[in-house]
Amino acid sequence: MNSNREELRIGFYVCHCGHNIAATVDCAEVARYVGTLPHVALSREYKYMCSDPGQELIQQDIREHKLNRVVVASCSPLLHEHTFRGATEAGGLNPFYFHMVNIREHNSWVHTDRKEATEKAKALAQAAIERVAHHKALEVKRVKIHADVLVVGGGIAGIHAAMTMANAGKKVYLVEREPTIGGHMAKFDKTFPTLDCAACILTPKMSEVGNHPNITLWTYSEVTKVDGYVGNYKVTVKHKPRYIVEDACVGCMECIDACVYKTPKFEDEFNEGLGKRKPVFIPFPQATPQVVIIDPETCLNLKTGKCKKTCVEACADRMAIDFTQKETFDEIEVGTMIVATGFKTFDAKRVPAYGYGIYPNVYTALEVERLVNASGPTGGEVITRDGRHPKSIGIIHCVGSRDKKTNVWCSRVCCMYSMKLALLLKEHTGAEIYNFYIDIRTPGKGYEEFYNKLLDEGVHFIRGRVGEVTDWAMTPEEEGKLTIRVEDTLAGYVRRIPVDMVVLATGLEPQQDAQDVRRLFNLSCGGEGWFLERHPKLAPVSTFTDGIFIAGGCQGPRDIPDTVAQAGAAAAECLALIDKGYVEQEPNTAFVLAEECSGCKSCIPLCPYTAITFDESSKVAVINEALCKGCGTCVASCPSGSIVQNLFEDDEVFSEIKGVLAYD
Amino acid sequence: MKYSYFPGCSLKGLGRAYEESLLPVMKHLGVDLQELDDWNCCGATAYMSVDEAKACVLASRNLALAERDGNHPILAPCSACYLVLNKTKHYLHQYPKMKATVDRALNAVGMKCEKDVPVRHPLDVLINDIGLDAIKMKVTKPLQGLKVAPYYGCQIVRPYATFDDQANPTTMDRLLEALGATVIRWPLKTKCCGGSLTGTIPEAGIRMVYILLNEAKKRGADCLATVCPLCQFNLDGYHSAVRRQYGDVLLPTVYFSQLMGLAFGLPDRDLALNRAAIPFRWRPSSPPPAPAQPPAAKSVAA
Amino acid sequence: MNITRTIKYEADRVKGFGDEVMKVPGCEKLKDCIQCGTCSGVCPLSVYMDYTPRQVMELTRFDFKKEVLSSKTIWLCASCYACTCECPREIRITDIMYELKQRAIHEGVYPRKFPIPVLAQEFEKMVTANGRISEMPLVMKLFMKTDPLGAMGNWQMGLDLMKTGRFSLASEKINNREQLAKMFAAAEEKA
Ligand SMILES: Cc1cc2nc3c(=O)[nH]c(=O)nc-3n(C[C@H](O)[C@H](O)[C@H](O)COP(=O)(O)OP(=O)(O)OC[C@H]3O[C@@H](n4cnc5c(N)ncnc54)[C@H](O)[C@@H]3O)c2cc1C
Ligand code: SF4
Ligand code: SF4
Repeated sequence: MNSNREELRIGFYVCHCGHNIAATVDCAEVARYVGTLPHVALSREYKYMCSDPGQELIQQDIREHKLNRVVVASCSPLLHEHTFRGATEAGGLNPFYFHMVNIREHNSWVHTDRKEATEKAKALAQAAIERVAHHKALEVKRVKIHADVLVVGGGIAGIHAAMTMANAGKKVYLVEREPTIGGHMAKFDKTFPTLDCAACILTPKMSEVGNHPNITLWTYSEVTKVDGYVGNYKVTVKHKPRYIVEDACVGCMECIDACVYKTPKFEDEFNEGLGKRKPVFIPFPQATPQVVIIDPETCLNLKTGKCKKTCVEACADRMAIDFTQKETFDEIEVGTMIVATGFKTFDAKRVPAYGYGIYPNVYTALEVERLVNASGPTGGEVITRDGRHPKSIGIIHCVGSRDKKTNVWCSRVCCMYSMKLALLLKEHTGAEIYNFYIDIRTPGKGYEEFYNKLLDEGVHFIRGRVGEVTDWAMTPEEEGKLTIRVEDTLAGYVRRIPVDMVVLATGLEPQQDAQDVRRLFNLSCGGEGWFLERHPKLAPVSTFTDGIFIAGGCQGPRDIPDTVAQAGAAAAECLALIDKGYVEQEPNTAFVLAEECSGCKSCIPLCPYTAITFDESSKVAVINEALCKGCGTCVASCPSGSIVQNLFEDDEVFSEIKGVLAYD
Repeated sequence: MKYSYFPGCSLKGLGRAYEESLLPVMKHLGVDLQELDDWNCCGATAYMSVDEAKACVLASRNLALAERDGNHPILAPCSACYLVLNKTKHYLHQYPKMKATVDRALNAVGMKCEKDVPVRHPLDVLINDIGLDAIKMKVTKPLQGLKVAPYYGCQIVRPYATFDDQANPTTMDRLLEALGATVIRWPLKTKCCGGSLTGTIPEAGIRMVYILLNEAKKRGADCLATVCPLCQFNLDGYHSAVRRQYGDVLLPTVYFSQLMGLAFGLPDRDLALNRAAIPFRWRPSSPPPAPAQPPAAKSVAA
Repeated sequence: MNITRTIKYEADRVKGFGDEVMKVPGCEKLKDCIQCGTCSGVCPLSVYMDYTPRQVMELTRFDFKKEVLSSKTIWLCASCYACTCECPREIRITDIMYELKQRAIHEGVYPRKFPIPVLAQEFEKMVTANGRISEMPLVMKLFMKTDPLGAMGNWQMGLDLMKTGRFSLASEKINNREQLAKMFAAAEEKA
């Protein structure tokens, strides 16, 4: 150890974390052992180091025992490194004279043998003691935060977050990849449990977003590139050609009437394929922005170049139609971002036993949302694909949820939306309605009451996961119907129930492109593909990338109330950062020892954050501290060993290794 | 490509029409089948019900014989044999204890079961090794106008779906279409035929048979095509019992191999159509239209 | 009125039975059953079962040995594997049914004169001795043991078989029966 420094006085603390650590690691023994190591001035165990008294203990010891290094063996640095650095600083030391050892996630939670876990804790502690001796005083850098915000995804989550921040006076970019905002909610007729009209509560918000002076709304657009770091992101947004000049279109829809296709002919995506549209269309009457779009796949002019272009005539002086449009790009700077890209519904064809795509009268829930909707393809009349007014309807829960062959999770909203649809279908048709469920899950305010209401209305509930939906008839009353075969598990009988219509309550899944979005924004995903929050309880809208937050269905299945609450939380997190005005940057950055750099440039292309440039005048590489993330790639690659990284200097790392090996 | 042919007990007994029609068809297609020397019963479902370990030992002797005789893929036409042999392989992979027992038994007689010999079904070999193009080339009397309900039964795609879709298998559909037949779409193509219940609990077994016959007939089928001797026996042999319980639903059930022989124009003795209780009288009527352009020959390889 | 007690006391359970079954290869996942009833819903034989397959799973798990082993359900199972393919918890119900059949035969608790276990046992005996099955002799044996008169009812089928050349009383055997016997003997030795 460096002898020309003042005498080393290390304070060591091992935390019980209640039983979390103490149940598996003999903390007293660890403290005793570390106390015997050279330079350790004091060694203690304590029940909760992160508590106020725990932190106070560190500060007091620094003052009273003249400590100049601090090591805490406890949980993950992710959770409390910040806390203990703070305590170290409050005690009067540079916070980087502190080092943390993880003996919970890396030890007590993953081992069962108390003796061996204790040995491991001792070895890890010894490594930290050796390491901390080499720590240097470092300074935290402050970086200014750009006040503009980007929200990705214009479902109810994105809408609510954007509105909240715009109302607080921040400038918000809202990027939505579809031609209109609204997301799934825009397709619903009513929403559980209150059954308020979805359009009535959503569309005012949508048009407010469209008109808000602080919101730049970019629909039919996608983020293609994200550079930079918290406070200073550079984002590239691609605008797909809609062949309409948005500013010129007034939404009169005269072009639609004038289209050479006299009747709508193409599958209408917004209506889940249940209706038809023309090549020039607007997804639904209250779409925001109120701008039409031309689909190049079906437009005669765009496909063949041969069309009378009656639409252009109809648009006349407004001249909003532009067949020459190409995709364009915008580059923006923002300080923070909210990713609210939502979910997709499970593809019902993946459960062939339920006959979706085989029997015309098997529907997905989303299709039924459109079918019962007054502005839907049938104007709210429930009429099946083969033209019947159903007299009996079966709703099958958990399709593509709670199933190891498809998705293992509970999709959380299906029980409730199934009951909502049951009620709406009953209202519209007077049919007998059967719900087939495994468990009814109604954990929400007013939800259980909603379930009771359905029972009162005479909707039937049969507890059993449906075996199959089939069109072969065993008995006369099954002729011409779809028969549901299911065990009524409460009665203990297998039953065959003929119905006219089957509704599949398909579950919620991560978006198809969730992995691409994850990479783009440098997020993490759980095994199932949902975006991962920084902490499931304490940081539910934060991600592992500073300054980027998540909200709504992209993080996991949830209903509108929870989505909106989360969107508000994400907005508040952004506002908190923006109003603080700066972020502190971890000083674990790399720097070049100019006098040793040979100017070989091998590090430059390796840096994933393009933080390294070459200084032509002095012929050495230079690292931009603000861009460096401390990944260490360049350090390892430098052939002359002339790049050094704070907190990971050679003697720090080697002494840590030495420490762990010294223990036997 | 050579295959070790594993007929199983049924193809020598009640299901002999399957063997009698399959072997000529395979020969006609140039497939080299070598009957496994001194093979023994696969154990079927019944043996599993009595003693699982012994059932595995029994089945593994066949795997070991195939390994000894050149390790060619085993061709197992009977659904029960196909399943049991595959299941045994699965168990040997999955459960070390089972493997130890089997190894002990094989060791005692100087045999081994180590090489993971593939166990294949004729449909698999026909579609994936020989190919529909090669089959089409051999069709001289297309089955024009014959409406067939393909019936796969349970055990060739469940639970080890290796060559076809579990919920909606299509290999036989495609094969029959290649022969020129019209394939009936119906939801019962993998429903159980009742297995041995027809004999043991007739009430239950006959009901299954009735459901299948009735539904195929309702949808306009001229016959059922099957891949399994037990299915064929049940669907063909219990018509009088079905009549007693539910009324007449006469519908012949043939092996897919018999339809292949018919379309290939093989002689009557190679069709074994005289082996069924409900005779199948349909015959291709007119000579074929000019043979199609011979497509690029697909080499026969596993 | 004849009434029976249906409540179950702890003493009605054979503790450890469920755990034992769940230790058998292929049966481990029974623990994960959520009692959704899919197995019963797809089972073609549930038409006649006394307990549905789902109930058999629950009864097994909770050690109701007597009830499951004497149930008709395990014998009605035709091993079609429909349940195994559809179970959302990947429980191999068919294999559990096999295991229960084996135990029922072992303990001799199956219903008297019930043809299925008799068939299974006769089958096993014949294969163990000859290495192969001779179908007609097997069926004849079965009828003799369970329903001598029933055989008469099937004269039509016998006739059909004779007419189509499929009626044979010859006994099929493999050549190397000794080898097979040795294998079985070795398998039964403890490792
Ligand atoms: C059939 C059904 C009925 C329901 N009924 C109810 C109900 O009655 N009450 C209730 O509370 N909840 C209900 N829900 C749940 C409700 O849909 C969700 O809670 C809600 O939609 C979540 O909102 P979101 O904004 O997070 O996601 P979404 O609604 O999915 O919106 C996400 C938006 O992001 C856009 N997007 C996606 N990827 C990108 C990208 N890469 N770039 C740009 N934009 C992108 C999408 O186009 C979309 O507009 C129901 C769900 C279903 C499936
Ligand atoms: S299907 Fe599977 S999970 Fe459902 S009741 Fe049957 S065994 Fe249990
Ligand atoms: S394997 Fe047995 S229990 Fe399962 S569905 Fe088939 S007959 Fe029913």
